[in-house]
Amino acid sequence: MGQSIPEITTKRRSFYIKRLLRNKGANVSLIFVMVLFIWPMLWLVFASFDANAPLRVRIPEKFTLDNYREVLTNGSNYRSFLNSFILSFSQATLVVILSILASYPLSRYNIKGKGTLMYSLLFLTGLPITAIMVPVYMVFFELKIINSLISTTLFLVSTALPYSIWMMKNFLDDVPITLEEAAWIDGASTLQTIRHIILPAILPGLLVVFIFTFSGSWGNFFVPFILISSVEKMPASVAIYQFFGAYGTVQFGQLAAFSLLYTLPIAGLYILSQRFMSNGFSLGGSIK
Amino acid sequence: MDKKIIQNINIIGFLSPALILIVLFYFAPSIMALVYSFTDKTLIGVKSQNFGFVGLSNYTKMFSDPRYIKSLINTAVFLLFSAVLGQQILGFTIARFMEKQGKTLQRLVGTSVLLGWVTPEVVVAFVFFAFFNTTGSLNNLLGVFGIKPIAWLFDYGMLAVILANIWRGTAFSMLMYQSALANVPDDSIEAAWLDGANSWQLLFKIILPIIKGTIVTNTILVTLQTIGLFGLIFALTGGGPGYDTTTVPIYMYQKSFISYQLGYGTAMAIVLLIFGILLSALYMKSFKHEM
Repeated sequence: MGQSIPEITTKRRSFYIKRLLRNKGANVSLIFVMVLFIWPMLWLVFASFDANAPLRVRIPEKFTLDNYREVLTNGSNYRSFLNSFILSFSQATLVVILSILASYPLSRYNIKGKGTLMYSLLFLTGLPITAIMVPVYMVFFELKIINSLISTTLFLVSTALPYSIWMMKNFLDDVPITLEEAAWIDGASTLQTIRHIILPAILPGLLVVFIFTFSGSWGNFFVPFILISSVEKMPASVAIYQFFGAYGTVQFGQLAAFSLLYTLPIAGLYILSQRFMSNGFSLGGSIK
Repeated sequence: MDKKIIQNINIIGFLSPALILIVLFYFAPSIMALVYSFTDKTLIGVKSQNFGFVGLSNYTKMFSDPRYIKSLINTAVFLLFSAVLGQQILGFTIARFMEKQGKTLQRLVGTSVLLGWVTPEVVVAFVFFAFFNTTGSLNNLLGVFGIKPIAWLFDYGMLAVILANIWRGTAFSMLMYQSALANVPDDSIEAAWLDGANSWQLLFKIILPIIKGTIVTNTILVTLQTIGLFGLIFALTGGGPGYDTTTVPIYMYQKSFISYQLGYGTAMAIVLLIFGILLSALYMKSFKHEM
């Protein structure tokens, strides 16, 4: 009965007092860290509303929406956002469909070599994509499928599939098989059970995979930078880089407005996805 | 139809589209790369078609190329200070400090750290271009203390890209350590304290040993994420000034697409890939261990 010994009680009390004091210190440090993380972004927000944006953080002297108006009325900016959307949306959609199909047998049947396959996929998730960009460029060049949004999308799909199949299998494993058995007895085919039983049950997981994949390619720079060469096919990441490189010293306000418009959709999606992830992060479900 | 047959059709039909894509766009180029890395193929000119096998010469050339050696050292420095130490120590510290805080503060801090994680690489580069500029926010802040403006991107290029990458990637380690620390039993901490352990002993003798597995896994993961980092450095410093921030991916890009030496560039890609393969194998081992 530790509670009844006075010495331990005082010791325990001072433990909690010390912890309280440490918490105050932690409080202050955390707020400091928060400021450090927000400070660089604060510049982006202020500069985008500044008629004459400097490179330091400053509350706009002349508040204006002109930067946004310029960015939004420029046809090539529009096109780059549209390209980003086409690329990310079609990639994420394909990844979701293919990974549900692929993970279904992996979750439901006893397949020979299943473990090996799962570990091979896990292994692939680790490989740095940068290392295969030069060879991918060469192969695409030889096959004359360079500078195409379709082949770029397909490449992005294949790079996202390994981790998506892992995530999706984890979500499928959580769906009890008894639900499906009832449908089978009613004579439903496998595809029908997937559509009517599995899909509604894993909808949150499906959205997580979609959002992860979408934001991954929305922010991707290297892949389209290497594979896409014509201006009208460039996604926002490459367009903004060119903007930055060519006019970087001229119009910071516009560049900031462009950057914010480009960042907001995935920041929003990310916040949305947090709500679907019940047990926090855990690498989006791939590590449990 | 026999249930077994339906099952087999499902297995093949459902799995193959994904697997075919992975093999076609992932494996095939890697194998091709291995072949091309033994050639003197170029992007344009005569050697783009009539290239020949040159044995291991791309590989031997690499390790006698002072710029490649420089890029290896840069990669190691960048990796060590921005990811292995920087992101992890900051991420762990934030996670530890957040543990016993109120929900509001947790959410505010968590969201502001996550800002760096969700911001696209090129935008991070632009933001830090402004931050480190001679007339930028950092110098402006230091000016308050009477410090003269410093050309950070020019004089301290490596430091600048390291700090930018810490800002970008700390969220990942923070989230990993948050879930690890949540699983450390409160009893063992209190017991150790009652035995007279101070905060440092508590950290090194109790907490860190308990979350050892997460530390190993996280170190491997942040290394894998950082080793191939291209956009942030490329857009922020372009690998410069001189070759000061040229890491292996940047040098590989320069050799392949600016100097058109595809054979040489692919050889570098293969070395990077082998490094990734080794790390990824290590990751799998630690993953199995944690299961």
